[in-house]
Amino acid sequence: MIVNEQVAFDHGLKKNEYAKICELLKRIPNITELGIFSAMWNEHCSYKSSRLHLKKLPTKGKQVIQGPGENAGVVDIGDNDAIVFKIESHNHPSFIEPYQGAATGVGGIMRDVFTMGARPIANLNSIHFGSPQHKKTKNLLRGVVHGIGGYGNCMGVPTIAGQTNFDSSYNGNILVNAMTLGLVKKDKIFYSKAAGLNKPVIYVGSKTGRDGIHGASMASASFDEKIEEKKPTVQVGDPFTEKLLLEACLELMSGDSIIAIQDMGAAGLTSSSIEMASKGNLGIEINLNEVPCRETKMTPYEIMLSESQERMLIVLENGKEEQAKKIFDKWNLDFAVIGKTTKSKKIELYFDNEKVVDIPVNTLVENSPMYDRKWKKAKLPKKNKIKKEDLKNLKIIDVLKKVLAHPNVCSKEWIWQQYDHTVMGDTIQKPGGDSGVVRVHGSDKAVAASVDSSAVYCWAHPLTGGKQVVCESFRNLISVGAKPVAITNCLNFGSPENEENMGEFVECVQGIGEAAEYLKFPVVSGNVSFYNQTKDEGIKPTPSIGGVGLIKNYKMMITMDFKEVDNIVLVIGKTEGHVDQSLFARNILDEKNGPPPEINLFNEKNNGETLLKLIDSGYIKSAHDVSVGGIITAVSKMCIKGNKGINLKKPKFLINQIEYFFAEDQGRYIIEISKENQKKVADLLNKNAVHFDELGTINENELYINDKTKVTIDELKTSNTSWLTSYMSK
Amino acid sequence: MKSSVITFPGSNCDRDMDVALKKFGFKNKMIWHDDAELPKSDLVVLPGGFSYGDYLRCGSMASKSKIMKSVLNFANSGGMVMGICNGFQILVETGLVPGVLLRNKYLEFICKNVFVKINNKHNTYFKNIDSEVLKFHIAHNEGNYFCTKDQLKEIEDNEQIAINYCDKDGKIEEQFNPNGSLKNIAGIFNKEKNVFGMMPHPERMIDTALSGEDGSLFFNNLINNLK
Repeated sequence: MIVNEQVAFDHGLKKNEYAKICELLKRIPNITELGIFSAMWNEHCSYKSSRLHLKKLPTKGKQVIQGPGENAGVVDIGDNDAIVFKIESHNHPSFIEPYQGAATGVGGIMRDVFTMGARPIANLNSIHFGSPQHKKTKNLLRGVVHGIGGYGNCMGVPTIAGQTNFDSSYNGNILVNAMTLGLVKKDKIFYSKAAGLNKPVIYVGSKTGRDGIHGASMASASFDEKIEEKKPTVQVGDPFTEKLLLEACLELMSGDSIIAIQDMGAAGLTSSSIEMASKGNLGIEINLNEVPCRETKMTPYEIMLSESQERMLIVLENGKEEQAKKIFDKWNLDFAVIGKTTKSKKIELYFDNEKVVDIPVNTLVENSPMYDRKWKKAKLPKKNKIKKEDLKNLKIIDVLKKVLAHPNVCSKEWIWQQYDHTVMGDTIQKPGGDSGVVRVHGSDKAVAASVDSSAVYCWAHPLTGGKQVVCESFRNLISVGAKPVAITNCLNFGSPENEENMGEFVECVQGIGEAAEYLKFPVVSGNVSFYNQTKDEGIKPTPSIGGVGLIKNYKMMITMDFKEVDNIVLVIGKTEGHVDQSLFARNILDEKNGPPPEINLFNEKNNGETLLKLIDSGYIKSAHDVSVGGIITAVSKMCIKGNKGINLKKPKFLINQIEYFFAEDQGRYIIEISKENQKKVADLLNKNAVHFDELGTINENELYINDKTKVTIDELKTSNTSWLTSYMSK
Repeated sequence: MKSSVITFPGSNCDRDMDVALKKFGFKNKMIWHDDAELPKSDLVVLPGGFSYGDYLRCGSMASKSKIMKSVLNFANSGGMVMGICNGFQILVETGLVPGVLLRNKYLEFICKNVFVKINNKHNTYFKNIDSEVLKFHIAHNEGNYFCTKDQLKEIEDNEQIAINYCDKDGKIEEQFNPNGSLKNIAGIFNKEKNVFGMMPHPERMIDTALSGEDGSLFFNNLINNLK
């Protein structure tokens, strides 16, 4: 095939990009070379629109061992233990083929983690779907949940937490973000940087097939009406092979034969070989005839661009091949020496004794395009004046039931019951709480993790929204008694070529950066997913934040279920009555305008750290952060979980009762304490200048409001738990 | 007491079982499926997981692995063999216990706590347990027990039904059946009661910090009965 501008365009390369390739090579590339450039230079692999802005994120901290740039981030949790973690999107494939798309998303992120030598110990996910009324939603949800479960369950890694949201902006483009945490000894972390000359380059795992060719390019383009035709670009996962690959890799890693290791993810053999060479400042020579292929007559182009799953590339020490091969034979996996490292600083590929590719590595990596895209700054919307009459006619219990049954608030048990969340025997906080928590096997330590997004806030004001998501993650970790350590982010946005979408990206990233910096909650890994749109309709900006925290003694972990009758319930943090963009305003008042709640980073940090002090002192019986749905929703969930009631009293503020209970002001937590500790707790809160209101006392099984209105907890539970199950069974 | 846990390719509860057995005093050894010889054992456990990816049919390929010949001999000569979840599926495939395990009734993987009622205590697995009802944990996609009418009559006559899904008070009703199993069957024995297969995972219930402690009760009792 003759390469020209049109062929380059069909590969997703712009005119100027093609010209740059020819200039860098000082010749016209052949088709395989063009394929390699298109794979390395697409948005997904090159971060060409985002790099400039991502640089501004805080990535360092006392506990950070490895920040962005490797397969995953690594943080120190003491005693020579480290946690490796990352979140990644698999949005486009999951929309086209929900089961395989979601499954391979989970498989891919686990591979990123065990490539670094860590055994995966927990999975999380954040999934976003279109309106429940949209004709595709139910099948997509079912397919995605089955896919996530199908892969994670088979791998024997517990899925401990997650988030599921519905919004019509995802009708044509769902989001599937998967996160994995792994545990590794600090002195046994493996990296992807190749080193040394003439070292054997090894291919292990599954055979290479024709699946997923150009998957990364597909993920770098918008959807159109021909989307169904893209099904062949979705990879097919085999969790069984990945389980074998995990065990085989960890067995090989227990020795000292590996110099560098990299999984074949997006853009397969192309990106893995190039990344290893680039990081090591070396060249790599590969004989493509040695690559184990599933199908006959595969061309160099197909071999290099296949995204077949469950494959790894390893640079070994010389002379260790036999020993390594034995391990992979034991696990029935392919093992092939396919090339060697060279000093050429080029990627040189041979096929049928002919050189088919000859590209300097730096042209693919350092010289890849970087754009300073135009973007538009968002204005802070004006506050709405809520009419008192609108509120007067509302019956608070009816509103509460509606809120609890809302698809974005209701119990997601139907989903997480399909995920094995207890395998490995260390899950001490299951899904449905503020964070999932797993023990560090055989120790007193535990790791908490949560994944959050707030697309509505980000859409209303990206800068505030970006900050808010980080704060929410911070709060979810603190609510279970964990000290927040670091985050990973998955940035899901529309087209970077659209100034508004690009603006949303830039300002969300700025917000994430400001909050992460202030809270000392650095970003150690992440992924950007642009072009989440069908035709011209983009999704709401949806950065997902995966937070990781540490509990020194797992016996001190906090859960959100109310524990004991007569205990006192407080809300920490000030309630101003911010209703704009709340679930209440958007769904009950049908008011979709206005600014999101303000973020005060000082209060956020102070409130959170003070709560941790209270937890350390043993005063806290249960805790839960206040988020979507406000105080009363948070309190109701604690009642439902604990099978207890509460006598709620609105403090004598000027604001209306409905505003007080449903407002979504930030930086707040509900806590349960015993009567005898009430004074000590109040003193500690006052000493740290933390505002709090007393909400009431716990009772057997009813929720009273100001002694007047009441509802049984069973009724609230029914509202909260029935929506999803009945939706899925219709 | 010596125990052996068999690891098949795709087993993923083998470590959890190892941890549990050791916690309650067993000297446990992990045995690779491709080994021919079973070491001297008082108890052999086929752990949960997805042996051979559950391809073809859950447990079918594992039932043909090399080590299974020794396990069959061991079982047929009266040795104690316990299969948990995928291990139960393997036992069914070997024919050591009757019946089959179909896909769950609602076609979904289920991970949750359940109650089971002990149906027969005249055996080494449940002898001396005071409670009638245990809180166990299930995590499976194919746990829907089924057998023919004749087989059912036979296992009922021989008191081979070990545990049934029930509520916290031991009521065995359809509404407490998580997967559609015939007669709410959660676990069965062979005729001689030395081979036992069940869907629930007692190894996930060995610590108050986890789902519960009835697994501890089970393992403690088991090792004492074996002594």
